Amino acid sequence: MEGLVSLFIKSVFIENLALSFFLGMCTFIAVSKKISTAMGLGIAVMVVQAITVPANNFVYHSLLKENALSWMGLQGVDLSFLALLSCIGMIGALVQILEMVLDKFFPALYFALGIFLPLITVNCAILGGSLFMIERDYNFTESVVYGVGSGFGWALAITVMAGVREKLKYSDIPEALQGLGITFITAGLMALGFMAFSGIQL
Amino acid sequence: MSAVIGDDLKSAILNDETKKVLTEPLVNNNPITLQVLGICSALAVTSKMSTSLIMALALTLVTAFSSAAISAIRNHTPSSIRIIVQMTIIASLVIVVDQILKAVAYDVSKQLSVFVGLIITNCIVMGRAEGYAMKNPPIESFMDGIGNGAGYSLILVTVAFFREILGSGKLLGFEVLKLTKDGGWYDPNGLMLLPPSAFFIIGLIIWAVRQWKPEQREKNDFKIMEIAHGEEGHH
Repeated sequence: MEGLVSLFIKSVFIENLALSFFLGMCTFIAVSKKISTAMGLGIAVMVVQAITVPANNFVYHSLLKENALSWMGLQGVDLSFLALLSCIGMIGALVQILEMVLDKFFPALYFALGIFLPLITVNCAILGGSLFMIERDYNFTESVVYGVGSGFGWALAITVMAGVREKLKYSDIPEALQGLGITFITAGLMALGFMAFSGIQL
Repeated sequence: MSAVIGDDLKSAILNDETKKVLTEPLVNNNPITLQVLGICSALAVTSKMSTSLIMALALTLVTAFSSAAISAIRNHTPSSIRIIVQMTIIASLVIVVDQILKAVAYDVSKQLSVFVGLIITNCIVMGRAEGYAMKNPPIESFMDGIGNGAGYSLILVTVAFFREILGSGKLLGFEVLKLTKDGGWYDPNGLMLLPPSAFFIIGLIIWAVRQWKPEQREKNDFKIMEIAHGEEGHH
């Protein structure tokens, strides 16, 4: 239990997907102009991450890992090189299903998150989360915690970023630095802030 | 017969369109500084020149070959399933690159860790497939892939150059600036090895490029009002 709590803290703050691994940067920069949209996207990422990381974990451990197919009588079969293809296929399929389910049963939520869902399929944070899960060999419970934690960390980062950018609108920035340039420098300063968490021993 | 194909190929390689798709993405339409594509996975590998060179090469090859393949079957792909077709082609190419790296340069592939896999979701690859390869013939698409890959590589290698030389006084592992701890004069800047420095360097590169090319500047949503000067102090 204690291990799971520290994994959660670690995935939210110390190993923040956006600010220390640069994952999901394209959407992070493009959709962080307003707090409300940023938060919507953040929540969508968190939900998708919480579903896809455990799902990929299940597929990887029951089909792809070395000797995972021994229940079929196939000893020594190692399909782990297919992990990339299966992860991205899984993410694409799950996002599509999620979109249909939301449309059918939760129309209000669909209107709030719907436009972000197609964006999420190609969001590196989602695929990155699954690949980190494979690389670090998490078990199923850990993968659930890691999925929720890393999604929450990403949502936190983009919401804070949007807050800073809303205030930045009123500041006098050199002309050539406006827009993309200052956004990168702001992200750098935020990443510096998050570095402070790396001193935490868990 | 082969001479005819050779001539076709030569004219396709040397015409203006090809030249344009090869050189435009370097500065005028750079995928990173202007189109805001593909920054996702790239920055984490820029703390050393060697890893970022390999990453740049891998991405350029994947973009070029996936664009060519997608363009070759563009007239047979129903548009409703085109994304999943593109994804499958890209993912298969990335698996090939990943396996080759694991076989040939295992150390580098360990350092790149998940970032080779993340080429799949790199917006440049998808963006070129969707934006160029679906509408143009294979050879031009291939060149477009090389051009955009080169634009990305340029930024990646520049960032890595500054991070490695300022952070550890080395280039590609060779000592350039002698460090104080070895009796030299250069005191390495540890910040350069940490993630935030990549953001700063990209921000500064964008600033420099836009100072040079004013047409790339973004308009501010709000304008600061000019305060009339010279009115104060005359009470």
